Amino acid sequence: MDSQQEISKLQAQLNELRGSTKNKLSMVVFSGDLDKLLASFIIATGAVAMGMEAVMFFTFWATPALRDKKKKAKGKNLFGKMFGFMLPKGPTKVKLSKMNMGGMGTAMLKYLMKKKNVQSLDEMIALAAELGVKIYVCEMSMDLMGFKPEEMISYPDLEFVGVAKFLEEAGSSKIQLFI
Amino acid sequence: MAEDIKADVTMDLKGLKCPLPVVKVSQQIKKMQIGQILMAETTDPGAHADFPAWAKTSGNEILRIDKDGDVSKFYIKKLK
Repeated sequence: MDSQQEISKLQAQLNELRGSTKNKLSMVVFSGDLDKLLASFIIATGAVAMGMEAVMFFTFWATPALRDKKKKAKGKNLFGKMFGFMLPKGPTKVKLSKMNMGGMGTAMLKYLMKKKNVQSLDEMIALAAELGVKIYVCEMSMDLMGFKPEEMISYPDLEFVGVAKFLEEAGSSKIQLFI
Repeated sequence: MAEDIKADVTMDLKGLKCPLPVVKVSQQIKKMQIGQILMAETTDPGAHADFPAWAKTSGNEILRIDKDGDVSKFYIKKLK
């Protein structure tokens, strides 16, 4: 029967579509601002709570936020040293995108967050690690800014990748965000 | 007031802010058996939108919400 064939063909297509999209959130974290980084981690950890997989792809200004302030990397050239010096060293050093006011605004927000029992960026990263949020770091940003893998934070599921890896993840995700 | 619901596990989430209440509840419910009831106490005003949204997405059921001042008690039944 023709209609029977048609139905099984549609069924096969449906199964293929179902298989191609996972219950997953893929995020490009581009911004190195404290507020946007906090929002990114709140969404990622929330997604895991909702039963989703969560993948964060760190690129450009977000990359230095994943440096460990206690770690040092050797053998950098002049530009690498300059970037290393001028960009925030890790999650405790990033600033607000608005109302920073020479650091006063950021200090005030951090004080309020503590008072109101809102998780700090450090704590959010630890929570994401505990929940199994995957972090990909853009290899090109690392290279461009002269960062080395040995100066990044210890995170259980962190990999250095290129754009194709992000696109593969994004292509099979229900939700894609750029922050 | 409706009859008492017996909770198998209770959680004190008072003072915790977004996203912790939902994260903690999702972690706890994973350890429980289907049909068991979790009672979570929270002071997070966002929980009234968040818990139902979480329950709907994760396939669990909110049996009742008791609000007493700033504290709300959510009775959640694990369905799967």
